[in-house]
Amino acid sequence: MKPLYRIMAIVKKEVRQLRRDRLTFGMVVGLPVIQMLLFGYAINTDVRNLRTAISDQAGTHLARQFVAELRQTQVVDIIEFVETAEELEQLLRGGKISIGVVIPPDFDRRVSDQSRSAVQLLVDGTDPTILGVANQLKTMPIGFDSAGHAAASQQLLEVRPFYNPERRTPVNIIPGLMGVILTMTMILFTAVAIVRERERGNLELLINTPLSSTELMVGKVIPYIVIGMLQLALILAVGRLLFDVPVRGSIADLYLAASAFVAANLSLGLLISTAAKTQFQAMQMMVFVLLPSILLSGFMFPFDGMPTLAKYIGEVLPNTHFIRLTRGIMLRDATLPELLPDLFYLIGFTLVAMIVAAMRFSKRLD
Amino acid sequence: MHSEFAIEARGLSKQFGELRAVSSLDLDVPRGEIYGFLGPNGSGKSTTIRMLCGLLTPTEGSATVLDTDVPENSKDLKPKIGYMTQRFSLFGDMTVFENLQFIAEIYSYPFADRSTRIGELLDRYDLVAQRNQLAGTMSGGERQRLALACAVLHHPELLLLDEPTSAVDPQSRRDFWENLFRLAGGGTTILVSTHYMDEAERCHRLAILDHGVKVADGTPQELQNRTGMHVLEVIADDPYAAQGAIHELEAVASVTQLGVRLRVLIPDSHEHPRELVEHALAARNLKATTRLTAATLEDVFVAVTMKPRKT
Ligand SMILES: Nc1ncnc2c1ncn2[C@@H]1O[C@H](COP(=O)(O)OP(=O)(O)OP(=O)(O)O)[C@@H](O)[C@H]1O
Ligand SMILES: [Mg+2]
Repeated sequence: MKPLYRIMAIVKKEVRQLRRDRLTFGMVVGLPVIQMLLFGYAINTDVRNLRTAISDQAGTHLARQFVAELRQTQVVDIIEFVETAEELEQLLRGGKISIGVVIPPDFDRRVSDQSRSAVQLLVDGTDPTILGVANQLKTMPIGFDSAGHAAASQQLLEVRPFYNPERRTPVNIIPGLMGVILTMTMILFTAVAIVRERERGNLELLINTPLSSTELMVGKVIPYIVIGMLQLALILAVGRLLFDVPVRGSIADLYLAASAFVAANLSLGLLISTAAKTQFQAMQMMVFVLLPSILLSGFMFPFDGMPTLAKYIGEVLPNTHFIRLTRGIMLRDATLPELLPDLFYLIGFTLVAMIVAAMRFSKRLD
Repeated sequence: MHSEFAIEARGLSKQFGELRAVSSLDLDVPRGEIYGFLGPNGSGKSTTIRMLCGLLTPTEGSATVLDTDVPENSKDLKPKIGYMTQRFSLFGDMTVFENLQFIAEIYSYPFADRSTRIGELLDRYDLVAQRNQLAGTMSGGERQRLALACAVLHHPELLLLDEPTSAVDPQSRRDFWENLFRLAGGGTTILVSTHYMDEAERCHRLAILDHGVKVADGTPQELQNRTGMHVLEVIADDPYAAQGAIHELEAVASVTQLGVRLRVLIPDSHEHPRELVEHALAARNLKATTRLTAATLEDVFVAVTMKPRKT
């Protein structure tokens, strides 16, 4: 019973200190929300409203209809009409527009001529995403060629499904983002947890009491598991409200997967805490884990496309496995039993990190 | 096996890289006494205390504390000792009451008596008014009282106090020592490190450490009786010049100026210390009166920590 009471004493102390630590307390809530907004709005690979200028040298009814169709795709935001192609180039070079559309004087004739393209797109190729989008747009006029005017309109509208709501980026991003946010906050909190007490001198007092290393570790982790769960709820709520991100699978499965993931990160944080001498060092080590968790976990780039070494590194990171779990549960309506290997990996990771941390943390100063 | 000593150390040493912080220390601390560690900065006081409670592993030697071998069984020792670190180590972002409560919980103090005990400590250590104050915002004296209250909460048999009175005014120091005597009267053994002479004088027994070596130990009285030095007090019109003149004498071990007075230490082996000094002063036409006097602890300290003179 005594160990249990001592663990509770540590938990109580941590909660008390956390409550008075405005900054950390703010981070618990602020960090996930701000990151959600940043990532959710900024990392948007479904491009809309590209600034566009048009040089309509045909001025025919058909040309005007084409412009109207183009505008309706919402991919382009037509901000200016100019006379010549040269003016478009100037705007492009000045970064005023991303796409310039040249409608040649013989537009009507070109539309029915299969061998020549009807419209010329001038594109800012510095951004690969924009180039990709433009390439999609370029194929549109070809629709005119084969099927006449009426069909052309249909073809134009048909582009839209490519940008249909189901392909919106936040939907894909948020399950991964959940992992990134939890990695960041969980490791951050625990990585400094022991180092801070060492720096403040509290540790010399603590290790001279009957408190054991394991009790101290467990007591420090428990409050943060709860915080991790709260953050998860917060992320899901914001995802739902602002980005309409669904949870197609079971919420219970999701929470179970998240608990394993949170525990894995907390243990990793403790491990860092036993290795770092100062809080600054702990932060650096945290970044060392965080960067690959963003870049190599399949969050930013598709896992399958990565070089072999990067894949190996990715496989070690808890976030890689968590992203597989969340994408499965949230988007593909998968159940946990179908995703067991990833869940087991997280549990195994937790145990190993915890044991190594408790072993490394001796109740000695030398 | 119940030893009459609370602490017995033999050949205790600690090496930090090149530095020998503590060197072959033998120590016998009788139960129920206040035992002082007197030594200048860096003399190895904290290092020794840390080895005695198992925080540092000795490079050589062994120690038995409260019949427990350290560092092997220091786990069994923890509930029986109270340790007050040199640096304030309680939680600055918790109140006085919360700190005491936390310590009570960590030591599994019987639940039913917990609040009585905490109330008693708040009373005894004059912290009632600070009960709900954050420990980090308290004054040096208040922090020190809280640290002592936390160290004694679980009724330890042995208290290890590492420079408990640095950063504390003289009145608070006196009060603090009142508390120590009360605890010792109740049977608690106390090991306290200090670099204040007046505190050392209050100890039942003390050891003087210098560069990790125990250079003397015994009761303050014993130490004063066997300095191996004549102590000569010189009152001179021009103390500064007198000091220079006396310093030139090869026989003189040390000269310390205290206002207009000089304290001169001369080894026992010289039969006429007074004449020696008076002669030297007269030779320089310096007016002064001299008298032999009893050694104080300060003299003992100077005598034993003195560097060999090079001239
Ligand atoms: N962890 C350590 N690593 C290296 N050297 C150390 C360590 N701890 C102490 N020392 C060195 O050992 C020597 C003795 O230090 P210690 O802290 O025991 O002295 P002290 O008598 O307590 O001094 P003070 O009165 O300043 O507290 C010092 O020279 C110190 O620099
Ligand atoms: Mg010290």
